[in-house]
Amino acid sequence: MTTVLETKNLEKTFGAVVAASDINITINEGEVLGVIGSNGAGKTTFVNMVTGHLTPTAGQILYRGRDITGKATRDITRMGICRSFQIPQLFPELPVIDNILIALTIAKHDKPVIFRPAIDRSLATEAHALLSRFAIDQYADQEIQTLPQGVRKLVDIAMATVAEPDLLFLDEPTSGVSADEKMDFMRNLLAALKSTKTAVLFIEHDMEIVEAFSPRCVAFYEGTILADGPTRNVLQNDKVREFVIGSELHRGSANDSALEGVN
Amino acid sequence: MTRFFDKTELALLAGMPLLIAMLFVLPQWVLNYVQVSLGTGLVALGVMIQMRAGLVSFGQGLYFCVGGYSAGLAGRMFNISDIFLLVLIGVLVSLVISFTLGFLLRRYRDIFFAMLTLAVSMILFGILTSTEELGSTDGFNLPAPTYLGWLPEGEMARNALYIATVIPVLTIAMLLNRYLRSPVGFVNEAIRENELRVEYLGSSAHQSIHITYMMAAAVSSIGGVLWALSIGHVDPEMTNWTTSGHFVFISILSGTGNVIAPLLGTFFLEILRVFAVDLSPNTWQAILGTVMLLTIVFLPKGMWSLFARKKRQTRDGDDLPQNIAGE
Repeated sequence: MTTVLETKNLEKTFGAVVAASDINITINEGEVLGVIGSNGAGKTTFVNMVTGHLTPTAGQILYRGRDITGKATRDITRMGICRSFQIPQLFPELPVIDNILIALTIAKHDKPVIFRPAIDRSLATEAHALLSRFAIDQYADQEIQTLPQGVRKLVDIAMATVAEPDLLFLDEPTSGVSADEKMDFMRNLLAALKSTKTAVLFIEHDMEIVEAFSPRCVAFYEGTILADGPTRNVLQNDKVREFVIGSELHRGSANDSALEGVN
Repeated sequence: MTRFFDKTELALLAGMPLLIAMLFVLPQWVLNYVQVSLGTGLVALGVMIQMRAGLVSFGQGLYFCVGGYSAGLAGRMFNISDIFLLVLIGVLVSLVISFTLGFLLRRYRDIFFAMLTLAVSMILFGILTSTEELGSTDGFNLPAPTYLGWLPEGEMARNALYIATVIPVLTIAMLLNRYLRSPVGFVNEAIRENELRVEYLGSSAHQSIHITYMMAAAVSSIGGVLWALSIGHVDPEMTNWTTSGHFVFISILSGTGNVIAPLLGTFFLEILRVFAVDLSPNTWQAILGTVMLLTIVFLPKGMWSLFARKKRQTRDGDDLPQNIAGE
């Protein structure tokens, strides 16, 4: 299996605070990987470092064998690493379709283009097709600020996929989505991504979601990796149970059929 | 397939012969205002394209002045009077300055950008007012323009300059309309809304802002050259903060929805000022202030919103999304 991303001894400190330390993660092509950890465990710091938003204090980030440590966010995006956000980062006063069109326009022009119209019929068609893939085409003409959180999340994720990334980070994709809808939300989301061969790393607090949708799981605790391996093994790890999950290990409705839907 | 010209461009194309035909219809004093408005309208357009990226330039008078003084100095020092050369010189000088300053300004947003642009323009104001060789506060006169060696006189000279103003101004407005519809124009809209996301989509906000700043500078300098030639004089007031504020006033009054808006807004403001001075010579500014206040309260997107269609166009590719490309 081809390795898409490899981090070596990644570290990030803010003054005396160690936000991430000795982070070694390998992600393979097409893999779905869940990341768990309490707030402040270093999950988002890790994503921020890989995507260029934060520069690591130490360590190395290799993307397909190429060192991308400290590169600008936009350059990393252009290489094929994209992300969505815990709080959707959209263009709130614009309609959904405009958000997608902007994302598509940027994805298709890596050099500044002036005096040539950005949008044509094929781009508009492509934008609607993308919205259909995420089952949100009915919201195309609505302004972002008028939409419920779940739809905003999907728009945020859809925008992250327009460049057809090799590696996609989803930062708490189900936060803000009602408990009843979380499973369907993730199922639809991963089904929409399935055809793209994109490796997906998603940060999640809901253990049912992690168990149901990610064959592999990484647990973060106080800026370090506590465990990395098959999801069920990680979730049963004593230290993970004690420091990450606590005594409330959810198993309930997690089932194999959901997993089959992804694989 | 995208049409070659959109509705705005067709309107501007149609406006060229219409405005030229006005030579035979309108009285000279109105034509003068049209001509002056077109010159300053270009500067308002420069302010407007920056506003689309969420940046308010309180120092656009800098490039208005750079254009005017470049043309004036080219005439004084090198005896250049050809209008095409003067415009070219104005553009080149403004591009060099804006390219350099752009590296600093592109890092700032909101009030910091506004104040920095103001500061730079006031530095030029200070230099010009204290330089005797450049006429100090009085400025200096420009020679009559020639057109590829042709020197018209009398009424012909007035008409030639009027036509030489109408055609480039409307052509530039068309180009700017195209620019706003281009990928960089779209990125500017996105920057105004969420710069972080723009970077995460793979685009450089700094680069887009730098390009827009230079574009606005070039356009404003052309406005400065044309305005200076129509007045026949330049002075440091061109880069004073009151002049820059005037351009911001026009942009807010007219709105940023369409490139035609600042051109109409400039003419409207000129005429309004004439009537305001006539009506109340000592307190005419209060009338302008009231108009501004009413515009902000009742037309927060400017007067152009009166013309804008409420309903969004269907998104089949023939029409641009209303919000990101104007109406």
